[in-house]
Amino acid sequence: MILKDVVEKLGLKERTASEKLAVEVNGGYASDLLSDVLANAQPGNLWVTLQVHQNVVGVAVVRELAGIVIVNGREPDEETLKRAQEEGIPIMVTSLPTFDVVGRLYQLGVSRAPGR
Amino acid sequence: MRCPMASETSFQQEFAIEGGDFNNAGRASSRLRNILKQIGISPLVIRRVSTASYEAEMNVVLYARRGTLSFMVTPEKITIVVEDEGQGIADIGLAMQEGYSTASREIREMGFGAGMGLPNIKKNADELEISSEVGLGTTVRFSVKI
Ligand SMILES: Nc1ncnc2c1ncn2[C@@H]1O[C@H](COP(=O)(O)OP(=O)(O)OP(=O)(O)O)[C@@H](O)[C@H]1O
Ligand SMILES: [Mg+2]
Repeated sequence: MILKDVVEKLGLKERTASEKLAVEVNGGYASDLLSDVLANAQPGNLWVTLQVHQNVVGVAVVRELAGIVIVNGREPDEETLKRAQEEGIPIMVTSLPTFDVVGRLYQLGVSRAPGR
Repeated sequence: MRCPMASETSFQQEFAIEGGDFNNAGRASSRLRNILKQIGISPLVIRRVSTASYEAEMNVVLYARRGTLSFMVTPEKITIVVEDEGQGIADIGLAMQEGYSTASREIREMGFGAGMGLPNIKKNADELEISSEVGLGTTVRFSVKI
């Protein structure tokens, strides 16, 4: 499934890099610990987190993630938006909590596939 | 860009890292990553190198005053050296244990401090060497085979 479909089906709000929504989402990873994501998220995964500071962008770049979903109605910091736009990392926000986002992703058939 | 590794010459460069500077944290690794892409290194090797270098760079930002990230590419491997002036590590064996962290509460709230950074470097590198002197600084050197 491509990111654009995920955004539409979950009603996510786009914040950065809307031009990258055609990217394929091959699974996901949910964590608020950056090193955990660096160790376990696979390229092409969608990352679900409540972290809003700019270092999430660096992590997404290094792991070549499809995008970042920020939960619980939080908004990314100004610096985060700037950095994400610069690096071309799509950030989306939602008022849903992590549990609901992941549940809905599973219902859509986006499960944790070992991307390579 | 042509691949400079086609010749025997190696490729080398250095970037500065500032302790506590979250605005620029990760930029050295990001630049390294772009260079590796341009010289045609394989995606898997790039991911391993940049995951490890990001962890090493973040440790300088979190625990040291300043440092440098330098790298060298030869036809066989990519070697990264992250060297800092800072508090140093008293017990490297302990620091290498997954889950061990001295990160402050503020830093943990940002999602650092899982104690997984050094183990992540080890996992992604083919060779890893850490040396440190308390009160002076730390050097993390690792390499990934091409
Ligand atoms: N460059 C450094 N200078 C001083 N101390 C360091 C340095 N790098 C690591 N340490 C020490 O080693 C500990 C473990 O480092 P490691 O990167 O594995 O975990 P962390 O940084 O605490 O958490 P994480 O990397 O998961 O966010 C740190 O908490 C810190 O005490
Ligand atoms: Mg660390």
